Amino acid sequence: MTSLFSKFEGTASALGALVEAGGRNPFAVVIEKPISSTVGLIEGRETLLFGTNNYLGLSQSERAIKAAQDAVSKYGVGTTGSRIANGTQSLHRQLEQRIASYFGRRDAMVFSTGYQANLGMISTLVGKDDYLILDADSHASIYDGSRLSPAQVIRFRHNDADDLHKRLKRLDGTPGAKLIVVEGIYSMTGNVAPIAEMAAVKRETGAYLLVDEAHSFGVMGKKGLGVAEEAGVEADVDFVVGTFSKSLGTVGGYCVSDHPELEMVRLNCRPYMFTASLPPEVIAATMAALEDLADHPELRTQLKENAARLHAGFHRIGLNASRQVSPVIAVTLETLEQAIPMWNRLLDLGVYVNLSLPPATPDHRPLLRCSVMATHTAAQIDQAIEIFRQAGLEAGALKETVA
Amino acid sequence: MSETVESVSALIIQKLLANPKVPRDIDGNCKIMEDLAFDSLAVMNFVMEVEDTLDVSVPLDKLADIRTINDLAKCIVDLKNKG
Repeated sequence: MTSLFSKFEGTASALGALVEAGGRNPFAVVIEKPISSTVGLIEGRETLLFGTNNYLGLSQSERAIKAAQDAVSKYGVGTTGSRIANGTQSLHRQLEQRIASYFGRRDAMVFSTGYQANLGMISTLVGKDDYLILDADSHASIYDGSRLSPAQVIRFRHNDADDLHKRLKRLDGTPGAKLIVVEGIYSMTGNVAPIAEMAAVKRETGAYLLVDEAHSFGVMGKKGLGVAEEAGVEADVDFVVGTFSKSLGTVGGYCVSDHPELEMVRLNCRPYMFTASLPPEVIAATMAALEDLADHPELRTQLKENAARLHAGFHRIGLNASRQVSPVIAVTLETLEQAIPMWNRLLDLGVYVNLSLPPATPDHRPLLRCSVMATHTAAQIDQAIEIFRQAGLEAGALKETVA
Repeated sequence: MSETVESVSALIIQKLLANPKVPRDIDGNCKIMEDLAFDSLAVMNFVMEVEDTLDVSVPLDKLADIRTINDLAKCIVDLKNKG
């Protein structure tokens, strides 16, 4: 009889080879305890965190911690219900109003995770005769949303507005609405969307535009609203989807929009309706983190400086790092034989980053994905660059002549 | 449009053979993922190239039903006739 588990044999042997080559399972790293936003205890050692997406360091915000403690005392630890049944408390509506108002939008829907926000919005907005037009390098939550939707799904070449235009033109005359989905900053590579060009295509073709600002919210734009604010094209964005689990340091997802029909999406959106709502302490902490974000624009300035420092340092020592400066900086390596020992050596020497392997990477090459924080000190960044140099030399990813 | 399943299939094979990793003895009945060892991302990227040559878009949901090179060719011809 066929084993239920035979489909995992490929994964099991790939994982076996990974562990054999490097000594560790890169997908089972345990952060025993955060010491601060930038340092965690891993394998008993204090380790610099350069792979946590905690861009502003707000997971350790004193204001958010205090708000969560107060909310737990007042409301208890959970809602035990879904948003459309018993899972909406006044806090949930308050957070929706605050996030909508921070974006200057009519309304917001809050989801239990960022993944569910994409899954829910994308699967619900488009119907059977509609078209979803996705960037080829979209996050898994976007692809999964497209699979849950009955719409026809078309991919366009990554960050290529001309290609998007061409594919929309091919659909001229077909019935059905068209929804373009792009991300602000792409999570694996740190590539920033050319959002002004995308918005121009949207205007010309009459499509709708959804922008996932998961990695760009709190990071780009004067108020930290993301790439659309930075490029001055917010008015062209019909739906902004985002997450609380990056720059705001908590967990949960959202969609903001000026379309009044968002209220009807609530009653048609399965990943919103059929899951438990966020617990009160998370809502309270998120609202406090949003205040931190509004009150401390200097965090974004510092984040930009820190990202530029790490980016310049990587290029100086000869690493093949992202072209654009953003808080996600990916170092591309040619082979797994370089990437696995280098990632392990980095951790031995006290730097944690994410090891990203094909096919989860865009061009079949492994990535050492780093995320920078506003709270990193210049000394921590310089130390990380030096450790990258040492690990890169030992793994054969860097040549000795490059100093 | 003058494309037939045979002509599109021949074009797909010609494009595949431009990739040195693809076995030399492929024909229209080859299964794209199993016989050519393409993962899902490689299939999507390859289909994008074919789309541009033939000026057609193959929706991703249609890809789920496509196993062989001829399946892909038939799907493209159907889409072109519909358009």
